[in-house]
Amino acid sequence: MKTQSIKIESRTERLIAVREFVSAAAREFGFSDEEVSKIALAVDEACTNIIKHAYKFDTTKNITITIKPGKGAFEISIIDTGNKFKPTEIQSPDMKEYLKHYRQGGLGVYLMKRLMDKVEYDIEPGKQNEVRMVKYLHR
Amino acid sequence: MSDFKIEYRETENVNVLELKGYLDAHTAPKLEDALQSLLDKERYKIVVNCKHLSYISSAGLGVFMAFIEDVRNNAGDIKLTNMSPKVYNVFDLLGFPLLYEIFKDESEAINKFFEKKR
Repeated sequence: MKTQSIKIESRTERLIAVREFVSAAAREFGFSDEEVSKIALAVDEACTNIIKHAYKFDTTKNITITIKPGKGAFEISIIDTGNKFKPTEIQSPDMKEYLKHYRQGGLGVYLMKRLMDKVEYDIEPGKQNEVRMVKYLHR
Repeated sequence: MSDFKIEYRETENVNVLELKGYLDAHTAPKLEDALQSLLDKERYKIVVNCKHLSYISSAGLGVFMAFIEDVRNNAGDIKLTNMSPKVYNVFDLLGFPLLYEIFKDESEAINKFFEKKR
């Protein structure tokens, strides 16, 4: 299986295409339906965080998702050029709004860790941010 | 293109929202609007039927979090029903079964609202 890549505009409408791209590759790699769903959800969460927090819904920006199949390891790299998302920096005078946004961001990050075997960040502020996630194929 | 739909019905004063399709960051605002419009009408007994919900991400789960406090402060509740194992898994990973009552069947959830009254 070869390295595959998709570049999408930073729009929530594109999340379906991301999930389909990742699901097809994960299925080809040999994951079960349950694992395919988990991987697609983890990538959705990572992209959602970028769209909302790093790019703040700026639809002129792009996200690049690359799948690097290794020996028994399925690696996904997600790259953006926005500001790093820091949940602790999201503030709002309206506490209910604050809680809502904080929890949503927080939920996504937590889910990614639970769904994947490895989640790593490589942050270069103002240049490029990368999230790398790995799922191992257990036979 | 619409990949998410909400059907509304009222049964014995309980407001049922039946979700269909994919609930992600793109479609979550639809659910937000539906719940907000129930709250605007002071309707706090809410059942969300997930029978035809194929997918949920944290953006969808966040909507339930955003409304539950208001709903419960008004003697209501949001009860969830008919989840597929795939959708239930996501709720379970986040510990939602501790926060929300989840039923196999819509009628069980509706009956629960009346049990409490007795």
